[in-house]
Amino acid sequence: MNENDRDQMKKLLQQALPPVEGEREPGRDLWPAVLRRLDAGPAAPPWFDWALGAGLLGLAAFFPASIPVLLYYL
Amino acid sequence: METGSSGILNEFRQGNVDAFESLFRLHQRAVYSWILRIVRNPAAAEDLTVETFWRIHQAHARFQPSHGFEGWARRIATHAAFDWLRAARHESELPAELAAPATADPAISAEIRVKTAMAFSRLPPRLRIAAILAVVEEQSHKDVAAALGISVAAVKLRVFRALRLLRKDLLLQGITP
Repeated sequence: MNENDRDQMKKLLQQALPPVEGEREPGRDLWPAVLRRLDAGPAAPPWFDWALGAGLLGLAAFFPASIPVLLYYL
Repeated sequence: METGSSGILNEFRQGNVDAFESLFRLHQRAVYSWILRIVRNPAAAEDLTVETFWRIHQAHARFQPSHGFEGWARRIATHAAFDWLRAARHESELPAELAAPATADPAISAEIRVKTAMAFSRLPPRLRIAAILAVVEEQSHKDVAAALGISVAAVKLRVFRALRLLRKDLLLQGITP
């Protein structure tokens, strides 16, 4: 991909995904939600995160060649 | 946007909730706007702003007042947004009211724009986040590198790889950029 191709891709991407204009305000006061979050403490990872992690470890253990592919997508 | 008050920063570091609220009021817009630039979804950006300030509070003892609050908060916000991008495939569709004024190039059809946005959403999140900040939002490579906690060279490499993969995907769909 040469410099001209890169410039074309940048132009196309900017057309496809218009930038956010200026600084934005949240639609609601978020401080009460922050206080609730502080009271709630850390969220426990859902069970499927553990299952996914175990699956990936198993895959890496039985098929070491998959490790670079997994690292690429992390 | 510096707070200009080392007293508040030091009190925050000690775990003072009033100082934390002052910093929240001062920086929430900047944090929300930064996250919105990455996730392009106002509801998700609000939730991630809450998550970011929760993480900030959890890490208050590690905060270095001499390094300033904004850059630190931005880095934590970027990681929270990255975790969100990584958790699931999300479209990068921005609500019309948030988009910059339309200066649509007539040579690029609406269909090509949609296909480009779809192809972009299929990129690995670590490439997508670098490209959206550096190319779409036109942030400096230095700022993107600081937010992601990587080098400027790594940002340039990720942007290059994102554009190359995007071009390859579009060529497979018969679109020649």
